[in-house]
Amino acid sequence: MEEDGGVTKKFLYVNRRAPYGSIYALESLEVVLIGAAFEQDVSLAFIDDGVYQLKKSQSTDGIGMKNFSPTYNALGDYDINKIYVDKDSLEQRGLTLDDLMNLTWEDENDNYAEKPSISLVNSEELAVLMEQQDIILSF
Amino acid sequence: MASIDVNGKSVEVDEEGYLVDLNEWSEDAAKILSAQDELELTDSHWEVINFLREYYEEYQIAPAVRVLTKAIGKKLGPEKGNSKYLYELFPYGPAKQACRFAGLPKPTGCV
Repeated sequence: MEEDGGVTKKFLYVNRRAPYGSIYALESLEVVLIGAAFEQDVSLAFIDDGVYQLKKSQSTDGIGMKNFSPTYNALGDYDINKIYVDKDSLEQRGLTLDDLMNLTWEDENDNYAEKPSISLVNSEELAVLMEQQDIILSF
Repeated sequence: MASIDVNGKSVEVDEEGYLVDLNEWSEDAAKILSAQDELELTDSHWEVINFLREYYEEYQIAPAVRVLTKAIGKKLGPEKGNSKYLYELFPYGPAKQACRFAGLPKPTGCV
């Protein structure tokens, strides 16, 4: 199905909203997985309240929404390993990299070594990243 | 809404035959769903179905076929982690068909 050749484009999914309270984060994740299933070159950026989407130990008990945060751990299986988190957004919320889920991918060319998928970036680096994309989708 | 009969109990399925509520799944439900495709489940089928249920439990998604193939290879060995083996077991598509038998939603990205 997805092996039929076709064009590979660079997709950046920009996530700016908190995980719950709206459908944006979950919808973004679904679209990300679809993009990856079609073997596109996928990158993710988490900015502003979007950084909360990657927070460890989420619990949705009491708000009646599904806790979909475990799904971010499957991104590595989909060969998604370019996950950029805006350093300033994280700091402004009193968070550090240690507060985020430890997302990893396995490098087939390095004896399946587990490597971290998340990189912290500043706004200049984000601008460069956006410049390199074919398509940017904002959620 | 359509439904299937599992030992006298009515279990809801969507228009494509996937269980509406994952918690209503049972081995008997899997047998009834596979009988709809005229497929008899062997140990090899169960291995994949159980793998999918564990995958869903851990990640809350039904994996795309490419991801399933790779993950099966890692867990059960390369002789099982390839399209040929999986398509022989599940001729309508290993992710699509096996997910249905496992009571999971249709995999994201499957058309």
